[in-house]
This record gives sequence, C-alpha cells and structure tokens, in this order.
Amino acid sequence: MPEHSSKQYELDLEAIRSRVLQMGGLVEKQFFDAMNCFRSLNATEAERIISTDIEVNQMEVALDDTCTHLIVKRQPAANDLRTVMATIKVITDLERIGDEATKIARAAHAIHQRGLVPIAHEEIVRVMAASVGKQLHDALDAFARLDQKQATRLIVADEEIDHEYRAVVRTAITFMMEDPRTISSALDTIWVAKAIERIGDHAKNIAEYVVYIVEGKDIRHTDYAISQQGNGDAA
Amino acid sequence: MMTATFGTHLTADAASGDIPVTIKVDNLDFFYGTFQGLKQINLDVFDKKVTAFIGPSGCGKSTLLRTLNRMYDLYPGQRAEGSIVYKGKNILDHDVDVNVLRAKIGMVFQKPTPFPMSIYENIAFGVRLYENLSKGEMDERVEWALNKAALWGEVKDKLNKSGLSLSGGQQQRLCIARGVAVKPDVLLLDEPTSALDPISTVKIEELIHELKEDYTIAIVTHNMQQAARCSDFTAYMYLGELVEFGETDKIFLNPVKKETQDYITGRFG
Repeated sequence: MPEHSSKQYELDLEAIRSRVLQMGGLVEKQFFDAMNCFRSLNATEAERIISTDIEVNQMEVALDDTCTHLIVKRQPAANDLRTVMATIKVITDLERIGDEATKIARAAHAIHQRGLVPIAHEEIVRVMAASVGKQLHDALDAFARLDQKQATRLIVADEEIDHEYRAVVRTAITFMMEDPRTISSALDTIWVAKAIERIGDHAKNIAEYVVYIVEGKDIRHTDYAISQQGNGDAA
Repeated sequence: MMTATFGTHLTADAASGDIPVTIKVDNLDFFYGTFQGLKQINLDVFDKKVTAFIGPSGCGKSTLLRTLNRMYDLYPGQRAEGSIVYKGKNILDHDVDVNVLRAKIGMVFQKPTPFPMSIYENIAFGVRLYENLSKGEMDERVEWALNKAALWGEVKDKLNKSGLSLSGGQQQRLCIARGVAVKPDVLLLDEPTSALDPISTVKIEELIHELKEDYTIAIVTHNMQQAARCSDFTAYMYLGELVEFGETDKIFLNPVKKETQDYITGRFG
C-alpha cells in the first residue's frame, strides 16, 4: 500500500497499531501468568496480576483518546476508518480479557486462602486454557498481519472451546456430586473455566474485526466464518 | 459487482436499480483541441439525487460537469463525442437549443458571479429570457427562488441593493437562487463552496440537502468530506477516466477499487 501523502498521518496510524499490539502482549501475558498462578496458587503472584490490570485499563483509556484525536484531526476514510473503528472495539475486548485474567487470579487467591484443595483444579481446565491461549495469540497475530484467513479459522475454532467448556462443567459437577467437600473448589474452577471461555469469545471478536478491516464486512452474528471455511476446504 | 471497464455502463449498484435516471452518459469522449480530457465515460445521474464528482486536479470532473449542459460550447476547439441523453434526446446533437438546455440544466460556479445589478434583477433577468411574467408574478417568482436558496430572510428588505453588496456566502446563494428561478430539472454545482467560509459552506450544504427534494444535483468538489456529507452517489475520476462510481457510503467506507481507496484515504501521488 502506498504511504499517505501526510507522513504524520502514517506515523499516527502506525503508532496506534503498535500500541494495540503492545496492549495485546500485555493481556496475553496477564492470562498466561494467571493460569500459572491458578496452578501454583501463589497468593503474592495473584495480587501482582490483579494490580497489572490497572495498567491495561489505562492503556485502553489512552488508546481510545488517541483514536478520537485521529478522527477529529484526519477524518479517516475507507480502510483507515475501518482500522480506527476496529481498534476502538479491539481494545475493549483486550481490556475485558484483562478483567477475565484478573478473575482467574482472584479464584487462585480464594482457593489458596481456603487451604484445602481436594480436586485437581488446574488439570480440569488445562487443555481448554491452552486452546484459548493459542486462540488469543493467533487473533493478535491476525490483527498484526491483517490476515483474514487466519481470523476466519479462529472464529470457527471458537466452537471447539465452547465444547471444551461444557466438558469442564460436566467434570466439575461429577466431582461435586461424588463429594460435597469439593464444592467450593469445583465452583471456583467453573468460574475460571467460564473466564477462559470468555477470553476465547473476546479473541473471536478480535478475529471478526480483522475481517472487518480487511474486507469491510461486518460479520458479527452471521455464519460468515463457517461458510468461508466451507469454501476454503473445497478450494 | 460493477467494474469500470470500457463499454459497460456504471449503474452504481443494485440498490440504485429502481431510481429513475435523469441524465445518461454513454461512451463520452471530450477533447480540448488534441488533448483528450475525458475517456469513454459511462455514468447515470439519478433523479432527485446528489451525485458528487471527486478526483485530483485535472482528472476531468469539471470537464464532465461542463459537458452536461454544453458549457464547453462557449470555447472554440472543445468538442464532445458519445452521447448524453436527457429526456430521450442526445444533448450533444447539433440541433439542441443550448439556451433552453441551460435553463433546464443550470450551473453554479466556484466563485460567486452575481450580475452587477440589484438582487431582484439578478433573479428576474434570467426568468425574463424564458418567460413573460407580470410584475406580480415576477415578484412572486423572485421571492420563491430566494426562499428556495434560503436567502429570502436576509435580503427581503434590500431587494434593490446591488447583488455585489452581499457577502460571499450570500452571493453564492443568490447565484443558486438565480439558477433555481428558471425552474430547472438539474443543478450543476462546480465547487460551490471552495471560496466560502465554513458557516456559508454549511448553509450551502443544507441548501443542497433541501434542493434535492425537487432537483437532480451534480456537484464537483475538492472537499471529500463534503462529498461524503452531501451526496448520494460518488464518482471518482482520474486522468479523464471514471475509476469508480457507486453509492457514497460504499465509496467512503469500502470502495471496490484500490485507486479509489488510495485517493480518499490520502495516499495519493
């Protein structure tokens, strides 16, 4: 793509994109650390993760402000406008991912305080957490490279995560029915599974915005990804 | 999906299918002597819609506008080939009465061009060329035209003052009133606000919005935001060719052609 006639405009847009990716890296790490913390049940680490969220929130506010300034100064059009609009939405999703990671850290903190861990709480959600971690990473990667094919694959793969979530809930219910002493920990584990599942949804949203930026199509609440996937297989 | 290939007609897109076409441009070539200013333009100007022409300087957008009422006839060595059909007649034909044509397809220029006469006479002058009205009817027509141009309130107490005594924005609205007074079908606006301040510009843009209830409007503008705000359809031109034509929202949100996208996002040159 040729550069803007205005160098500053080009730099402004580039700065926004790189800060989104920086914010993405931060929440990705926050999620990764939260899962580690959920395994180790380290209370100090949990508190540190919870406090990181302030940084993520501030980044959201600052980026929103930068986007508003770009709109008023440059009146972006076409792909530039779509990039800015999508960015504003992507950072909302990133901020919520930060919130979910915080919830996971809180659950770790709660289980730690109770002391007794009668179930293999981390093992139950491990597979799911790994899938979502990859989804999030790939979504940010698709955003960085504006790769709508990868984005489409991610959107379809989100189904798999929803499926894993239901499996986690079934497992937790089994524990609770067998031994009521597991109820507290099992419930905490379900909250964590729910948070992981939500992070997967946010990653999917980001993937949808990538398609919007590249193709100009708003595919939210449509079966676009599934139909595209069908075409891809046929080709 | 439309394409700007030669010989095919750009009908914007499916959404415009039901809108009547006021002016149909087919395979239009235009020459300034030996220089070809327009190349095989195919385009529909839709009824009671605003069509904006955008593109860099020298792309042919003003040239195209000036062919629509044969304004180029005033200059020797300029000629148009192809067809521009208006009311079932190719207006490029030699037997067309250009004065009648220009009464039906009026034009407003970049710089306000009031006649050096009173505000009242600025309007009445053109009307007298085509119609024989009594004093009372003429008074009514002048008031009607000035109302249409959203100027009546500001000038009703000084109709005998010179048109040149008005502000730039008022002068431009006077010119629009003059164009409207002869009851045209189409108004061609050639960068009507480029010499005006922001407040006058807003007034003209409001006026365009109101005028399209009754008239078909074609506007050339260098201000892309203006095209995005005021028009229903947008044509992007470059080097005498029509690159892309479509609904304005589509052109500014998700144009089909990369060249269009580069231009409207400022990635040009």
